Amino acid sequence: MRLLRRFFSRLLNFGAGRRADKRLQEELAEHLVFQTDENLRAGMSPAEARRQAVLKLGAAAAIREDHHAEQSLPFVENLFFDLKYAVRMLLRSPGFAFIAIATMALGVGATTAIYSVIDATLLHPLPYPNPSELVRIQDDLPGVGAQDVSVSVPEWKDLENSGIFQYVALDYFASMNLTGSAQPTRIAYKGVTPNYFAMLGVGAQLGRTFDPGDHTPGVIPEVVLSDGLWKSAFGADPNILEKTVRLDQDVYQVVGVMPPGFRDQGQTSEERNMELWVAGGFAAFPFPPALRNSRFGTAFARLKPGLSVASAQAHIDALVASLKKQYPEHYPAQAAWNVRLIPLAETVVGNLRQSLFLLFGAVGLVLLISCVNVANLLLARASARGREIAVRQALGAARMRLIRQLLTESLLLFLLGGITGCAVLFFARKFLLQFIPESLPRLNDISISWGVLAFAIVVSVVAGTIFGLAPAWLTSGLNLTETLRQEGRGSSGSRRRSRLRRGLVIGELALSLVLMIAAGLLLRSFSDLYRVNPGFNPGRVMAIETWLPFPNDPKANIYSTPTQEAVMLREVLRRNRTIPGVEETAVGDVAALPLGHVKDDLNMFPLIREGQDLPGSQPPLIATSLVSPEYFHLLGMTLLRGRLFVDQDLESTPLIAVINQAAARTYWPNQDPVGKRVRLSASKPDWTTIVGVIADARTESLADAAIPQVYLNIYQRLSNDLAFFLRGPVDPATIAAQVRTQIQAVDPNLPVFRAETLNDVLSSSLSVRRFSLEMVALFAATALLLAGLGIYGTISYLVNEQSREIAIRLALGASRSNILRMVLRQGLSLAGAGAVLGVAGALIVSHLMAGLLFGVSPNDLLTFVGVTVVLTVVALAASCIPALRAMRLDPMTMLHSE
Amino acid sequence: MKEKPDVLQGTLALMVLKTLDVIGPQHGWGIARRIEQISGDLLAVNQGTLYPLLLKLEHEGSIASGWGASENNRRARFYRLTAAGRKQLQSETRDWEQTAAIIARFFKVKAEDLP
Repeated sequence: MRLLRRFFSRLLNFGAGRRADKRLQEELAEHLVFQTDENLRAGMSPAEARRQAVLKLGAAAAIREDHHAEQSLPFVENLFFDLKYAVRMLLRSPGFAFIAIATMALGVGATTAIYSVIDATLLHPLPYPNPSELVRIQDDLPGVGAQDVSVSVPEWKDLENSGIFQYVALDYFASMNLTGSAQPTRIAYKGVTPNYFAMLGVGAQLGRTFDPGDHTPGVIPEVVLSDGLWKSAFGADPNILEKTVRLDQDVYQVVGVMPPGFRDQGQTSEERNMELWVAGGFAAFPFPPALRNSRFGTAFARLKPGLSVASAQAHIDALVASLKKQYPEHYPAQAAWNVRLIPLAETVVGNLRQSLFLLFGAVGLVLLISCVNVANLLLARASARGREIAVRQALGAARMRLIRQLLTESLLLFLLGGITGCAVLFFARKFLLQFIPESLPRLNDISISWGVLAFAIVVSVVAGTIFGLAPAWLTSGLNLTETLRQEGRGSSGSRRRSRLRRGLVIGELALSLVLMIAAGLLLRSFSDLYRVNPGFNPGRVMAIETWLPFPNDPKANIYSTPTQEAVMLREVLRRNRTIPGVEETAVGDVAALPLGHVKDDLNMFPLIREGQDLPGSQPPLIATSLVSPEYFHLLGMTLLRGRLFVDQDLESTPLIAVINQAAARTYWPNQDPVGKRVRLSASKPDWTTIVGVIADARTESLADAAIPQVYLNIYQRLSNDLAFFLRGPVDPATIAAQVRTQIQAVDPNLPVFRAETLNDVLSSSLSVRRFSLEMVALFAATALLLAGLGIYGTISYLVNEQSREIAIRLALGASRSNILRMVLRQGLSLAGAGAVLGVAGALIVSHLMAGLLFGVSPNDLLTFVGVTVVLTVVALAASCIPALRAMRLDPMTMLHSE
Repeated sequence: MKEKPDVLQGTLALMVLKTLDVIGPQHGWGIARRIEQISGDLLAVNQGTLYPLLLKLEHEGSIASGWGASENNRRARFYRLTAAGRKQLQSETRDWEQTAAIIARFFKVKAEDLP
């Protein structure tokens, strides 16, 4: 407390210090006059009187210094002086200051930009209270190679009763038609259990969310709207809570509107931007019967406070073991059913984690290189300022004091750079944000927050301290006499400095080589991905989606049989063919949209092979899509054996399926699958006959070669999420409206949305990869530029240092090409050392990022050699300029000037 | 040669306050001479150290200063005791006497006096 008071009183004195000092000085002078008078009166000579008075007074300067030190904050004051001096020094060499600040602005700005993305996505992925309590519950059947197979309603009840959760909620997401306005609108909605919002811990801005105590087994006729939908579809109607809405022909009461900042959890941007929520018990119509083996929803839970995920997992393991004993018929040992609790934050970020870490690593290297560059500049200036430092030392400045002064200068540089970087980032944020792929979670929450600013400041200060200390140390450690006598002729201090500079440049070259190799490997992966044969032809194909309503009241459903649906589909297809430019049309469900659908457990069906998978055993799960007969030809998928669907296949004719080669290979090894029969549901007895096998296509992911697929005839099954395919030279701008006209001519209640060319779908499926590639390539180019500048600066400096030696060599008859070669050799040796270190580093990095590569080995010789050559060429080019200058040196002028 | 004892930390302030109390407003040199006279040359006061102390006391509000004329008509800064300074002097005098009395009692005690 007293210390604090003293500090504040000193802080106050800080301003008044000068006045107090002046007063002290006056008083001391006055005292001397009095004492001298007294001494004179005592009979001393004037000189002696004055001398005795001074002696008696004591050392006036020391008294003043002591008083000053006692009354003020010498550290702050020195800092103030140092800062003033540093600003003056920077203003005196504006070119140096500009380059150094710009370099740091680049380094810190880029790092801060990536950090702001990481801050929003990795560090704060969940905008809910106590996010560490939230988990996703994932059921796996590793025995049959099935992951994330959802939870059945009885299992959900078991989890709720396990006593370790506050809430366990189920969700699924799908579409509904909002009718009643001018255009029927397709709405992405989430079906949830009534405790869903209670589990997330978020309330409504208007009205309420669902009542967690509601135990209605079927659908509760209530909806919660997102803020966005409330504003766009209902004009932010303040009386919305008295209204009902019609969704898929059913009437729902609006009970609440979520706050504007609310984002749902989920792995896709569509899920996170959910527009509407409907609740239900998942146990009665329209939900499937609540059987233990009818897995339906994804489960999420909030752990009891204070319970760790690990100890909750132990509870769950025990629960799973006892359930397996209790229901052996549902949990066959070979399926090896298990349940994992995954922190929700991890599932939201998912596979982006690796890409973001790669980016952060890359940008970290850029930062490091910019720091090295500035340190290099500081060293270069140190040699220019040797004389100044030596003079100050000769006048009695302590080494620590000099280091502090020099460090203040470099800190000022780094901080100014950091602040500039942040300012540029702040003004360019809108422009920069558009480069970020939409699939990034919490895209809307990326901002330059206080945390991000603090990060930038800390980075600048730490970098400034580390990279300012070495130059300050070397600069201040001069041999005084030598420097003063022979400054400019290369003293021993400058030899140490030039060794450090060489080291820094080698490091810089090595780091940029690492970055360039990473970028090269990503580029090769990306171009391989682009050039890979997808197994289907996306050229000139448009996909346009619609949604058939699925009312809860079966009597209201006009598409309740495959035949009813087929009549509508055939009519729309016939009409679509009349649109000018359309050559071919087909229809399928959304799962049949290549690369354009989320991997969704709703499209995974059990594959029960006749005679192979007996009742009670766990059948494998297979990705399923529904397509019309024209689909295969439209996408250019080739038939390998058997036949495709034909128009004569109807609801009344035997059910048929086509599989891909991967499915044939996996489930009927060394057999002909054509003619084999399967069941695709545990509860329905109908058999489906496999009639054909098509070649594999990369419809799930361009990076994955072959995923088993089964195609079913859309005229024999029911589906609500539909995609119409059109091939031909159509105008993408107007085609959606034309197709809407045709579809709504058949059924005016159908919404039409999301018209995309397959090429766009394909390209956006690569958006995260493209983003990391572009960023890493940008960073690598920056690194190369900085490294080039670094090597240029260092070689110029070396040439300057050796100009006397070069002049003497020239005077003694060395040929100019010899000199050129001598300088270039120095540049080349730096590049060589940097390349060796860089290749070693790149080998480590490339193996760390192997998961992000496609079709190219982490040791890819071509990339390594190519990039090393590029770096060497740049290094040579950068040393050429100083080398040419050295070659043209006039020995007479040079030696005379010394 | 025996060194003259240094002024105990804090006692110089007490001496200054007492001096001003006794002789009324006085300038710096006058205070210094007065202390020297009273202590009878036994105390070596490095006269310069007096002035930071005067500044400090004034800053703390125990004394106040203003311009005045000395005996031989020189302009000088005169210091005088404030009400707060008078109170401080009283309490510090009490403290000092108490301390001195305790120390004196310790010196009086002989081994045989102890029970």
